Amino acid sequence: MNLVFGSVVLGILSGGIYALMAVGLTLSFGVLEVINIAQGMLVVVGAYLSFALESYWHIDPLLGLLITIPTLFLLGFGIEWAFLRPLKQDRVALSILVTYAVALILEGLMGLWFGDNFVAIHAWYVDAAINVFGLYIADIYLIGFALAIVLLGAVYLLLYRSKFGAALRATVQNREAAVLIGIDVQRISTLTFAIATGLTAAGGMLFGATTAFNANSMLDLISRLLMIIILGGMGSMGGALVASLIMLVSVDVVSVAYTPTWSTFVFFALTVVVMVVRPQGLFGAPPARKV
Amino acid sequence: MSEILQIQGVFAGYGGGDILRGMDLNLEEGTITCIVGPNGAGKSTVMRVVSGVLHPRRGEVRFLGERIDQLSPKQILETGIVQVPQNRSLFPAMTVEENVRLGGYILNDKQLMERRLAEVAEMFPIVKERGKDKAGSLSGGQQKLVEFARGLMLDPKLVLLDEPSMGLEPRILGQVFGTMVEMCRRGRTILLVEQNARQGLESSDRGVVMESGRVLLDGPAKDVLADERIGDLYLGGHVH
Amino acid sequence: MKRNRMGLIALIAVVAAVVYPFVFSSTEATTIVFYALLYVAIASSWNIIGGFTGYISLGHAAFFGLGAYTIALVADHLGIPGGYGLFLVALLGGVVAALFAVPMGFIALRLRTIHSFVIVTIAYLFMFQLLAFNLLGVTNGSSGLAIPQPNWSGAFFNMPFYFAALVLAVLTVLLAYWIRNSRFGLGLLAIRDDEDKAAGVGVDTWKHKFAAYIISAVPIGIAGAIYAYFSSYIYPQTVFDPMIDLTIVLSAFLGGMGTLLGPILGAFILQPAQQLLTFYTGAAGWDLVLFGVLFLVVILLMPSGIVPTIVERTRRARVREAVQKADETVPTPDANPAAGGGPR
Repeated sequence: MNLVFGSVVLGILSGGIYALMAVGLTLSFGVLEVINIAQGMLVVVGAYLSFALESYWHIDPLLGLLITIPTLFLLGFGIEWAFLRPLKQDRVALSILVTYAVALILEGLMGLWFGDNFVAIHAWYVDAAINVFGLYIADIYLIGFALAIVLLGAVYLLLYRSKFGAALRATVQNREAAVLIGIDVQRISTLTFAIATGLTAAGGMLFGATTAFNANSMLDLISRLLMIIILGGMGSMGGALVASLIMLVSVDVVSVAYTPTWSTFVFFALTVVVMVVRPQGLFGAPPARKV
Repeated sequence: MSEILQIQGVFAGYGGGDILRGMDLNLEEGTITCIVGPNGAGKSTVMRVVSGVLHPRRGEVRFLGERIDQLSPKQILETGIVQVPQNRSLFPAMTVEENVRLGGYILNDKQLMERRLAEVAEMFPIVKERGKDKAGSLSGGQQKLVEFARGLMLDPKLVLLDEPSMGLEPRILGQVFGTMVEMCRRGRTILLVEQNARQGLESSDRGVVMESGRVLLDGPAKDVLADERIGDLYLGGHVH
Repeated sequence: MKRNRMGLIALIAVVAAVVYPFVFSSTEATTIVFYALLYVAIASSWNIIGGFTGYISLGHAAFFGLGAYTIALVADHLGIPGGYGLFLVALLGGVVAALFAVPMGFIALRLRTIHSFVIVTIAYLFMFQLLAFNLLGVTNGSSGLAIPQPNWSGAFFNMPFYFAALVLAVLTVLLAYWIRNSRFGLGLLAIRDDEDKAAGVGVDTWKHKFAAYIISAVPIGIAGAIYAYFSSYIYPQTVFDPMIDLTIVLSAFLGGMGTLLGPILGAFILQPAQQLLTFYTGAAGWDLVLFGVLFLVVILLMPSGIVPTIVERTRRARVREAVQKADETVPTPDANPAAGGGPR
């Protein structure tokens, strides 16, 4: 019983971290209408950057975000500008291929620099744990959850309280009308992708601090993140948050109550079942195909 | 009266080939001009060329004497041309007021924005009455009025209306076209594209019939309505 | 006339493929073309759903893996020894793939939007990979399964596999050809163009997509089985491998999505390139980088694929000639360039 309660708490905390990784994916889908297969790899790049800063220059991972977030922001900016913007036709297929290619290149580069060995990010708060109602929880989960809430809150404010956010939402809801009222959709797209990638740096740091990883981790990550945004409803930010919580809680509970072997499979199967009943996902708009 | 918009010898289209093939059209200031014609004649393409979404391959477009055919959509908005696109073009998950404010997206003057909002709300009471409701919850006719309101936020000189009747119930068409006439009375020039040719022409000053990317017939709306050749072809009263 | 010429070229290509292993009989030479032929079958088959309808499945490697596990399990449980008989068992891989494709297609195609379809198909692949890892009693988990090997020796060893792949490739291309020129195929192309309009003119879009999905699973299942037999040992991560899907889509894309020739050309460019790359760069890392860069360049330079780009360029050159001849001519609007790309 206590074990199950503990796994629920842990699931919620790590769900926040996954939400941070998934929100970039859902944002760039909403605005650019591309499925960014590179998202998993970008998480890993963020994790490796924090790892490198910490292990080579002893820069605290949290402080290091001041470097890694802008770095990934620029990387995202470059990827959108160089590879996504030129795609005019067949965007669904081509964006998958292009972002897959980007992921492969980054995977290769990370492998060359850091090797195949699994690594993890270390800091005092990664290894320390505190006692919450009889549960020992590593500090990093609490810090990670808090950071996720702060950053997701900032994204929320950006989306709903700024002119940029209004333009972004307008672009998501009706691209053509957005162009006709003078919104520079291309600029919005580039910035959105850059912001989404920048956020991923934070998600990557937390991922790397809570999980041992190598360049190959991107496959596992992208499959989970895609399932999260499809369960939540593609393009929905709240959906990504809720689905992350559902995923991590269900995975952790199944792990503890039954077996870790089947935990991920259960979530995948659950999601597929939900898709049968509700094809647009939990928070997605009913599918109305734009003409 | 002077000519506000001149389209001369325009060829334009998408990847595959030209849709407009030698399009000529001049608009008189302060009038309503209605373009009718069969599907694929290039009616909506004319709109897209004027609003800057599509640049012509050949020919020119002048607005108040200045070339505008290579400007971006935003620059064209700044010159005083606004397009209300066909179908539902509101942002459905945003409130009515947010939608209307977005019509003034390119304005950087807060006071001007508020003044325009007040002016627009005076002409369209629905902007205030339903201001806090999600645009997607409005009926089709109401949405069309909010789209008009949004379009007026920039106080445009020329308004492009792309099939405003599309998808609306017949009984509210009168109100929609009535609003259009009112906009014109208040000094705006209007270019209308209508599939519902009879009703469109009845509310307009001038009628233009297009076919295969160019103008087939051009004259006072009444004459076009009365033209026998056209009557059989396009005025059967069908709404696609 | 054009059709005759295409037929002649196809015949020459098949003859060349038949003669090839007798001329270049080294194991290396036959292995490279064996893989290329296998991928011709896989990519051409995937093209039936992914290329013709535009529903990009990123989970067809699931059928590849299903075929591979089918042959391994059947051979093991029925005690079938290595030899020509196992090629018949490989056919069973196609049947199993089709059986699984029924519920999988049913769910994925209900999703209506192509984006959700893509993601669910990715999920399928990972679910099967997890199953293969976790169902220890059946699949032996991460230790993998062995497939009984024939006692063919030396350079001859590759021959039966080579010809099995060749037959599969030819039959799959014929299947794709037949579909492309049938009423059914017309419906599929209409779906890619505009699904709502296709439904509007009376195409039963659901039946079309569903059928295309199931049909496209079959040759891939058989290919997976042949691959398993050839490589003698399978692991979850080698047969339920996302790279397979990437290679499929890339092959189809390289040549030209939705064209018949595209996947063939793509497979013949990509497979040897991939093998050479891995061979020369050796260590993991550079091969991924080079592979990624290579296909970014191709996508950005030829966004509609090689075959349609070439077809389009020659068409344009011809139009230019025609325009020069007739003084004042405006290029006539052409049919949808994407749909008109392939050989008919």
